[in-house]
Amino acid sequence: MSFDPAITLFSCHYTSQQSCAEEGKELERLGFPAGINLVRVACTGKLQVTTLLKAFEDGADGVYVVGCPEDGCHNVKGSIRAAKRVAAVREALVELGVEGERVEMYHLPRGLHPEFVEKGKEMDSRIRELGPSPFQG
Amino acid sequence: MIVAERKPMAEIIEMVQDCKKVLVLACRGCVTVCSAGGEREAEILSSLIRLGMKKGGKSIEVVTASLVRQCDREYIDEMDQFEDDGYDAVVSTACGVGVNFISNLRKDTMVYPALNTSFMGGSAEQGEWTEQCAGCGDCVLHLTGGLCPVARCAKSLMNGPCGGSVDGTCEIHSDVECVWQSIYDRLGSFGKSAQMEVIAPIRDWSAAGHGGPRKVVRDDLTV
Repeated sequence: MSFDPAITLFSCHYTSQQSCAEEGKELERLGFPAGINLVRVACTGKLQVTTLLKAFEDGADGVYVVGCPEDGCHNVKGSIRAAKRVAAVREALVELGVEGERVEMYHLPRGLHPEFVEKGKEMDSRIRELGPSPFQG
Repeated sequence: MIVAERKPMAEIIEMVQDCKKVLVLACRGCVTVCSAGGEREAEILSSLIRLGMKKGGKSIEVVTASLVRQCDREYIDEMDQFEDDGYDAVVSTACGVGVNFISNLRKDTMVYPALNTSFMGGSAEQGEWTEQCAGCGDCVLHLTGGLCPVARCAKSLMNGPCGGSVDGTCEIHSDVECVWQSIYDRLGSFGKSAQMEVIAPIRDWSAAGHGGPRKVVRDDLTV
């Protein structure tokens, strides 16, 4: 089944700098999937489990978080905390009988790096394969 | 504190299956401290209930609130404020005491437990809780260096250690300390290892709940 997934990305201020380049047009030019709704946060460590679940409640087919490298977080342990919360959401999804792969955590270098776009494409492709969220009712 | 864990979601979703509106009620007591049933966990549970019901093709309204504690009459009385909300059931994230208290005091309120109440314990490290007390009603900690053989020995031995104690660990698992070894070491550090040679008499377990539900009445406090 072909569909255009709605994906919510929570990314920290540092790892999502590409979204600011060329007045926000660089990501588009590099082929960053259009269905990804990027939410920039000061630090991914600030994200709560409820924030990620709310994104699913609001209709996301997939949710992912991009934070600093585990050993190089600007706020020391922010991205490690985020990864733990992503894991908790993944576990909860599985409990509800939903594919845990619909939520993911990536640790990426800060600044302008091609991995940011690659991971967006990877997530888009994964969710296309999984199909629409079972929470759509 | 009382330590608890959330029940599996499948069990909770089954409880609320026929509900149109539920009140997820957090407790700001022990279960907040052990991160099982405080306001944050109640918000998470509310979201999971909505998602779980939606996945099953049903919609449900979930209201989230909290009480200071759910083990005191005065706080349960505060549930009057939710009376007009018209919920079908309360999903309590308190320990089993809270669920019982709501059931005891709110005759018209259906209440479901969101948690499995585990034990009385403490936070050994962040995110880790261990059992320390069994509430047996006849404390022997003054004889055992402050370490409880009832709660912390797999056999609740009163005269330990048993033959399964190896290098300070219990035979049930190498991760479990032999509390009797710890008792011996600790008494020794106070020059009281001779205490280990005193044979504990056969224990009367009636105070531990084996004589039926327990009750404490303080005449000096009743009015």
